[in-house]
Amino acid sequence: MSGEILRGLPQHVGSTAYINARIVDPAASAEYRGAVLISDGKIADFGPNLFASGAPYGIESVDCGGLCLAPGIVDLRVHTGEPGEEHKETLESAAIAAAAGGVTSFVLLPDNEPPFDDASLIEFVARRARQIRLANMHAYGALTVGLEGEQLAEMGLLAEAGALAFTDADRAVGSAQVMRRALYYAKAFDALIVHVPQEPTLSTGHMSSGEMATRLGLTGIPPLAEVMMVERDLRLVEMTGGRLHLSKISTAAAVEAIRAAKARGLKITCDTAPPYFALNDLAVGDYRTFGRLTPPLRAEADRAAIVAGLQDGTIDAIVSDHRPQDQDSKRVPFAQALPGGIGLETLLPVSLELVHNGALSLPRLMQCLAAAPASLMRLPAGRLAKGAPADLVLFDPDSAWKIDRAGMHSKTKNTPFDERPVQGRTMATIVGGRPIWRDARFTPAAAAA
Amino acid sequence: MTKKRNGLPRLPHLLGIEGLAPDTVSGLLDLSESYIGQNRSLDKRRDLLTGRTVINLFFENSTRTRTSFEVAAKRLGADVINMEVASSSVRKGETLLDTAMTLNAMLPDTLVVRHHESGAVNLLAQKMKCAVINAGDGQHEHPTQALLDALTIRRRRGKLEGLLVAICGDILHSRVARSNIHLLNIMGARVRVVGPPTLMPTDVDRMGVEVHFNMRTGLKDVDIVMMLRLQTERMQGTYVPSISEYFRFFGLDQEKLKVAKPDALIMHPGPMNRGVEIDSEVADDLDRSVIHEQVEMGVAVRMACLEALIGTRRNAPPDLTTGALL
Repeated sequence: MSGEILRGLPQHVGSTAYINARIVDPAASAEYRGAVLISDGKIADFGPNLFASGAPYGIESVDCGGLCLAPGIVDLRVHTGEPGEEHKETLESAAIAAAAGGVTSFVLLPDNEPPFDDASLIEFVARRARQIRLANMHAYGALTVGLEGEQLAEMGLLAEAGALAFTDADRAVGSAQVMRRALYYAKAFDALIVHVPQEPTLSTGHMSSGEMATRLGLTGIPPLAEVMMVERDLRLVEMTGGRLHLSKISTAAAVEAIRAAKARGLKITCDTAPPYFALNDLAVGDYRTFGRLTPPLRAEADRAAIVAGLQDGTIDAIVSDHRPQDQDSKRVPFAQALPGGIGLETLLPVSLELVHNGALSLPRLMQCLAAAPASLMRLPAGRLAKGAPADLVLFDPDSAWKIDRAGMHSKTKNTPFDERPVQGRTMATIVGGRPIWRDARFTPAAAAA
Repeated sequence: MTKKRNGLPRLPHLLGIEGLAPDTVSGLLDLSESYIGQNRSLDKRRDLLTGRTVINLFFENSTRTRTSFEVAAKRLGADVINMEVASSSVRKGETLLDTAMTLNAMLPDTLVVRHHESGAVNLLAQKMKCAVINAGDGQHEHPTQALLDALTIRRRRGKLEGLLVAICGDILHSRVARSNIHLLNIMGARVRVVGPPTLMPTDVDRMGVEVHFNMRTGLKDVDIVMMLRLQTERMQGTYVPSISEYFRFFGLDQEKLKVAKPDALIMHPGPMNRGVEIDSEVADDLDRSVIHEQVEMGVAVRMACLEALIGTRRNAPPDLTTGALL
């Protein structure tokens, strides 16, 4: 993806009109030809009739040429190497990848070295975000001290410092007692807990168990490990009334359990990531370590169930689950490889497959990518509304290209989607009214009078 | 693919049995057969691989497999270097590709590799400029073991097709079982796997085997009984309650063997745990146990594999010697 990062631009003042756009409004479940007017970094007006008679006189305007204009993506799962492993990814390189991927806000996972179990680290992220001036960067606080699943982290202090929610990142909280107390305690601050539900004692293997693992001679992780933990968590939410969001749902059984819980009125939300609706365990193929993920890639039936879960709303959000790993972590025998894949730049094009093959409508997809994650984190972003921050993504849903890891902006290139043909390209990314990314192919004619 | 003697296609590497064509397997077995006589004669050495370098790179201790490869290469006239890399002394994985680069620079003709991780030999083969033979990787494959087992059976029974073979014991951790399942299926034999459910891999039936959890039904009317070593070093957690319980229900003794065909052959890849998976009385039964014959066939099979692979080095200059000989 060739384009340029626009960092030098000053804070947005005055007015800019994005006209002749295909507006995708997730909250209204609508898409239409129209315009968005931005004033002083906020959305001042939008709609099908705005500037319908032509470019406005006297204010700067950008002709979108019929491309899609939607709320910018809000990504709930991004890991970088800063602090601790800056050779894998810095906050800055992640922010650049985010801009290129149409991500305008993201939330950093706390499993760095040191882990974000201290308020000073949350403040560090906020300071770096102000320096980098690209996407909005937020951070999770650790749920337990050292992410060890034993002692509760200082949730109140972390929240005061700006932590949006609490999680132990990819580590599941094995102890039901600790999770029960965490859900209870978090109520004091009305805090959300984010959990990757994988029963730890069943999850010590290297890939999903099944024929593929058996053939490759790799230790399997049974799909059961997920639904067992989901069911435990559902009971704990029922008992405590705490706010829980289950992340990276990857199995049919877990989707079914969550669907049933929602049907009986339980307040629970969940997300998944592109590998779980676009790949299955065949992608591990000839020991491809880029396919080693947490949770592992599952069987085809599970993949289909994830798509169904997105279709009927059982799954609320889609996250990139961006986790850079360098050559030393991936060019090793499969069982020794560290799990994770980069995802910021492939999130939109791979997710658009769901639209192209008819599984989701465009507004519904943007609901999963922007509106739902923003409202989970209680961020003002992710929606088209007067007064909301002008965080927008302009994309061409049809532009065809082939994912090439060499072209990624992330410091490491470990994408499980390498060489996948996709349709959909971010043309421009706008944060607070300020363009931060423009693709080389997008050269709007200056329509200002 | 150019055809060589015995209709054998040129193989770039031998990483596993999975995916080999029946002709390739029988070609390799025929070629192995041709070495048995040579190995039994007084003058055991030929000059086929004179000047060629074979490196045995073992990341996991193994006396018998390494010795077998070494004897095989020397009998063909190759220069053999043994490298034993104790897995504990290197940080895991870190040196694997570095090692490949270093060895590449020494221009070996064949690299024989054993590694404790599944897929490690495939990874190494991607980086090596010479032919690579898998001498066992993790729980994945051990192709020369399956070939030597097949050669042993074929010489005793005249064929593989239609035979009923029971592979018994720790299937989960066994690369020998996986390679044998592939080979026997390719050659038209019927395979049963027998063992406790905890030592049975998930969905193993989809590899084309019948699954049995007890020896009585598992061994019924079989032509061949292949016992596997209980891989106690791979046991993390509790797979079986105790060795004595394991021997009582899954160890091979004369009593359990009664349901097999009266002339059923008994095989074991070694080293045996006597009194764990096999009773000494059975292991030493001269009429039925072919365990020592397997070791002999191992050398012949490894000679055939070295012959089939050497000279297929990528980017190698046109090799007239090999062409003429093969």
